[in-house]
This record gives sequence, structure tokens and C-alpha cells, in this order.
Amino acid sequence: MTLLDDRQQFGEPFALFEDAGAFDHVPVAPAPRTTLPGRPDDVVTPSVQRPIARISRQDVLTMAGSAVSALCTTMLIFGQLTSLSGTLGFVVVAFVIFVVTYAVVVGISEDGPAVVDKVVTVLLAAAAVLAIGALSSVVSFTLWRGRNAIWRPNTYTDDLGKTGPLDGVDKGGIAHAIAGTLIITAIALVITVPLGVACAVYLNERRTRVAGLVRTVVTAMTALPSILAGLLIFSTWILILGFERSGIAAALATTIVMLPIIIRAADVVLRLVPGNMREAAAALGAPQWRTVWHVVLPTARSGLTTSVILGVARGVGETAPVLLTAGFTASMNVNPLRGAMVTLPLAAFTLVKSPLPSQIARGFAAAAVLMVLVLVLFSLARILGGRPVGQLSKRQSRRAANRSAQDLRRALARHASQPQATTEVSG
Amino acid sequence: MTAIDQEVLGVEAVTTSLPRVAAENAPVPVPRTIDARRGRGDRVFFRGASASGMVVLAIMGAVGVFLAIEAKQALVKAGPSFLTTAEWEPDRGRFGIAAVMLGTVLIAVVAVSVALPIALGTALFITEVAPTWLRSWLIALVDLMAAVPSVVYGLWGLFFLQGNIIGLSRWFNTWFGWLPFFKVTGSDPDNPLSNASVYTASTFIAGVVVAMMVMPIACVVMRQVFSQVPPGEREGAYALGSTRWGMIRVVALPFARGGIIGGTMLGLGRALGETIAVVLIISPSFKINFHVLEAGANSVSSLIAIRYNETSGVGLSALFAAGLVLFVLTLIVNFTASWFISRSRSGAGSEA
Repeated sequence: MTLLDDRQQFGEPFALFEDAGAFDHVPVAPAPRTTLPGRPDDVVTPSVQRPIARISRQDVLTMAGSAVSALCTTMLIFGQLTSLSGTLGFVVVAFVIFVVTYAVVVGISEDGPAVVDKVVTVLLAAAAVLAIGALSSVVSFTLWRGRNAIWRPNTYTDDLGKTGPLDGVDKGGIAHAIAGTLIITAIALVITVPLGVACAVYLNERRTRVAGLVRTVVTAMTALPSILAGLLIFSTWILILGFERSGIAAALATTIVMLPIIIRAADVVLRLVPGNMREAAAALGAPQWRTVWHVVLPTARSGLTTSVILGVARGVGETAPVLLTAGFTASMNVNPLRGAMVTLPLAAFTLVKSPLPSQIARGFAAAAVLMVLVLVLFSLARILGGRPVGQLSKRQSRRAANRSAQDLRRALARHASQPQATTEVSG
Repeated sequence: MTAIDQEVLGVEAVTTSLPRVAAENAPVPVPRTIDARRGRGDRVFFRGASASGMVVLAIMGAVGVFLAIEAKQALVKAGPSFLTTAEWEPDRGRFGIAAVMLGTVLIAVVAVSVALPIALGTALFITEVAPTWLRSWLIALVDLMAAVPSVVYGLWGLFFLQGNIIGLSRWFNTWFGWLPFFKVTGSDPDNPLSNASVYTASTFIAGVVVAMMVMPIACVVMRQVFSQVPPGEREGAYALGSTRWGMIRVVALPFARGGIIGGTMLGLGRALGETIAVVLIISPSFKINFHVLEAGANSVSSLIAIRYNETSGVGLSALFAAGLVLFVLTLIVNFTASWFISRSRSGAGSEA
């Protein structure tokens, strides 16, 4: 927009000031050296505001129109013109026709780059929709296939020890697998939480070359094929040491899977603890272990909880290591030291290989329970981890305030008992 | 504080009263000994922390060491033919990982080629296109997708996907059957009623299921690097009149190239090691078979999961040898992935 346009549209910008007499003493500006070519009045178009909304009505209408047209064309192709069939084919053909139609329709009013931009946007959105669609398909399919067994209480209270091959889903259940999962995960947690957090602290407090090596190895091990963790325990615990397959062996294998994940996540969280908090503790004379125990770990508590939960979510769902180390049992066993134990993923894996529909339904129920468990753990991790490091919840800040009030009382009481506190003076 | 100071500062009342120290009793000031040694608490603390680090290192090292120890018997027996033999008959002395290794790599390649475009598209959609309220939901859903246990994906693949994807396999075979990869022995594209069982339990189906697990892993890494694109360059492209796609093409994609390659390789590492979903879907075969749509496939991890009950010493040792090869392969892939990510301009501060 040129100055000329401006003046024509808004009138003389300085007219107001000149009227008020405020600029009387300002000398008249000399004629501008650049002269703008005048334009005939009829060419000047009134300036319109550029639309900056992300989605205009035209966009919506173009898209809807293209979608309807693509749907109709595909129905015509599938129903009348050819003998094509199949849901997958229908969706793919409809999508291709939609993209082409959309490009053509957008091309009517826009230029080349804008058409490409809109088509690419549609493709990106399609990728996201595909991913989310696949996830919801997996979740809903598992729940749907397990629907007969999920709602029955006996699924959660009974085991399969006395269930015959012809019994329906109203008899027997997966209680033994639920118990096994809880026991194995609990043992694994008892090992991984102290070891994992201590290792993460080590990685953060000592920046030596050895610590760098540990970090590299841990990073590589997060992607270790889980069956190899099972193989390690299988070769050491069962083959070399000669123990039987049991819950404790499965717990050890799960530990190896969970440990690097917890260390990695905890390492990242601890690194986010602000350096000035450590320095403040050091300046107050705290030795390093006190700094870690009273400042670093409490500050990162929510993040550490998240990393443990993520490790559990991964460990709970692992089948392969448990398959090699836990054996399989149809009845309840709560002793991790003796006898085979079974977990939810292992039960799902074994039960669906049976030809009996009731067993398959129970397998899907086990998978559904497992999925819900992971979902709950995961949401928990998101809720806890949603808070940045060092920021306290309402209850935590109330507790911190109480603690500091208590400290004040303690200091005052101490002061009262020792009125003659000596202080070294200089000067 | 001296009187002069009081005058200068204008301070009147000093509330702290200091006890007067008799001149003869005044302690002779001794310079504090400066001691850089740590206290006993710190020494214990550092030993404990280092010990935990060493334990973790030992556990992780043990995986490789024990695999090697157990594998030695079979490797000595088979010699270099372990890498070239396709059969798996340890009791007869003929065994090798040529077929299973090829199967592993093919499944991984199928998985990555299916997952890569979806992961890239989703990551770009999340960082560039999606409105803010949708963005956090999508991030959570993709993370959730990574957390779903593999056995659930396996069940979905076996009972749901297999029935629905055969049409796609048939279509590929019909139209692209002249490509060696899409050939299916025993199929008859001209006969619409031909038996569909030649398409089941194939490398392709296993690969698609594994892609479901690879996609979120790759997507998370790509999303991180796309979100690190410097705003100055991004806005510079827009200021020069670029469309959104133009900005992505000339700024975001080149910036994130290392992250895209690294994320894909991390996904590849996951795909190589996936066990349960593959076991559920494939029907094991020990032939060298490039035809990905054809029934019959295999992978190292599923071989271990199926045969771990072997009683013979050589049979078990051979499984450990296969596991060792898988271990080395995954380590190479993962280290290459981290190298790509850390060397790229975008990944200097990333955690992958």
C-alpha cells in the first residue's frame, strides 16, 4: 500500500494536528524528492483486510464438497462400473479420488504453491488420522473380543485349574495371571527402583568417563530385544544355577527390561533440576550426599515417579522374557520362589493359541485387563509428569510451608535457650 | 561497626549486641585449613553410587557375555557355515541363521517402510498443523501407542488384521507380481475364488503389525527434532512468503534430517527384536524366501521363543548363537541411530 492510497483512504493524516495549531511552528516540509506517479482514481481499489483466520469458510466448503464428490464417485465405481469390493479398497480409492478432487477444486481459486500446500496438509492429517485410527482399532477390537469374559466376576476371582475344556466363560478366570503379574512386577520394582535411581544419581553426580560409558550402555540397552533379557536369566538362573522356572526368575528377567528404561527416564529428569538449587545447598555447607538427598531427589520427585511408572508399564506388558523364565500354569501360585507362575501377557499369548472359543475369549480378557492396566499406569505418569521439575502441588506446598514454620519455631526456641549466642567479629 | 561507619551510614540503633571479648583472651586468628577431601558421608555416598553404576554395567555386560559363553558350543560346531546355512536341524548338525536372519531383516524392512511415512506425517502434523488443544492429545496418544503391550498388537494382527489385509496382499500380487518381492508361489491372480491361505501368515502381515510398534518410537524422535527447528529460520521462510509446505520443505526437513534417520533406525532396532507379535502371526519356515506376501516367514527372536524348550545341548546352544547375532545386530543399529541423532544439527540436545 502506498502513501498515496493511505491518504486517499484515511484523509490527511496530519489534518487533526494542524487544526489544533500544535504544529504551527513547524516549517512547511519541502517538496519530496521522489515523486510518486499519480494513478487515475478509478484504478485504486479499496483495501480489504487480509483474512488471517486459519480456516476460512471456503476451505471448509471445498473440503466438504470434495469429500462428498469422492464418496459418490467411489460408490459409483464400486457399485456400477467395476466389480471391485472390500472395505479397505473402498477407503483407499475414496481417499485418492478425494485428494485429486480437492486439488482440482482448490486450483480453481489458488495458485500452484498454495494447492501443493493444501494437498500436503491433507496428507499429513491423513497420516495422523491413520495412526490414531489404528490405535483405536487395536483398543476397541481387544475390548470387543474380550467382552464376554470381561464383565464376569469369575474372570477376576477364579483360575483355570479346575476348568474343563468344554466349560464356558462363566467358569474359570485369569485371577492367577493377575496375581502373577502383580507379584512379579512387585519383585522387579523392589530391585529396579533403588538400583535405577541410584544409578541415575551416579550418572548425574559424577561426570567421569566411566559414567559416560554407563550412560552409553544404558541407552543401548533400552532397545535390547526383550527376549535376550529372558535368555540371560534362562542361561544363568535356570541352566547354570539349576533353579526351576519360577516367579523370581521371571521377575529378574523383567528387571533387566525395566532397569534401563527407568535409568534413562530418571537421568533425564535429574538433569532438569536447576543448578542454582544444588549451588545453594553447597553454599549453605551441605555435603554432596545431603544435597542429593534433601534437594535434588525431592525436587525431582514427580519426574522420578513418572519414570518408574513408565518402566512398570513396559515391564508389565513384556511377554517374551516371562515366556522363557516363568513356565506356564493354569492354577493359582502365589509363591514366587517355587513353581511356575503366569502373567497377563503370557496368559493372553498362551490362551489364544487354543482352538476353544472360551479360551480365546479368556485370552482376550487377559489382554484387555493388561491394556487397561497399562492405560491407567500411563495416564498416571502423564498426570504426575505434567508438572515441571520443582513445581509443587497444593498439598506439597502446604506441607513445605508447614515444615518451614516448624523450622522457624525450632530456631526461635533455640535462640531463646541460648540468648548469649557468640558471633565472631572482625573489624 | 565503628562509630565512623555509623555516622556515614546514618545507622542509629544496632539491635544485635555482641559480647565483649577480653583483650587478653582474644584468640589468635589461625588460617582455616583448606581441605578438598570429601567428608565420610560423601565418600560412602560416592562409593554407593559408583557401585550401583557398576552393577548396572555388569548386568548389561552379562547379557553379551553369557550369550557368547552359551553360544560357543554351537558356533564351534557349525563354524562359518552358521551364517550361510538356511536349515535349522541342530541335532543333525545342519543349522544356520541365513533364513531366519533374512526373515528378521525382511520383517523389519516391511515394518519400517510402512511406519516411516505415517510417523513422518504424524510428527509433522503434530508440530506444524495441529491446533494447540489437539497437539497435546495427539502427543499423548502417540506415546500411548508406544506403551500398548506387543501381545495386544499380536492378537489384533492375528484375529483382525490378517482377515482384512489379504485383499491388499492379493492386489499387490495381481498388479505387481512381476516384481520378485511381490511374487507368491501357488497364487492364481486370474482366479478370484483361489485359496487365500497362500497369503496368510506372511512376512508382510507380520511387518505391518510390527510397524504399529515402530511408528510411535520413530514419531516421538521426529516430533522432538521438528519442535527444535529454530523459530528464526521458520519465521524467515514465512516472511519470504513461503507456504507452510514450503517452510517444511526448505527449513524443517533439512534441519531434522539427522533426527528422521535416527528415529527410523531406532524403530528398526525395535523391529528387529520384536518377538511375540511375530510368533503369533507367522508360520515358521526355514527357507530363504524373498517373497514377502507369501505364507511362511521367520525371525531370530521368534525362533528362540518357539524352540527354547529344546532339550539337546547343541540345539540350545544354537539358539543362544542366534540370539548373539541378533544382539550384535541390534547394538550396531542402535548405536548408529544415536550417532546420527547426536551428530545432526537438531539432535545436539536431544535425549534419544
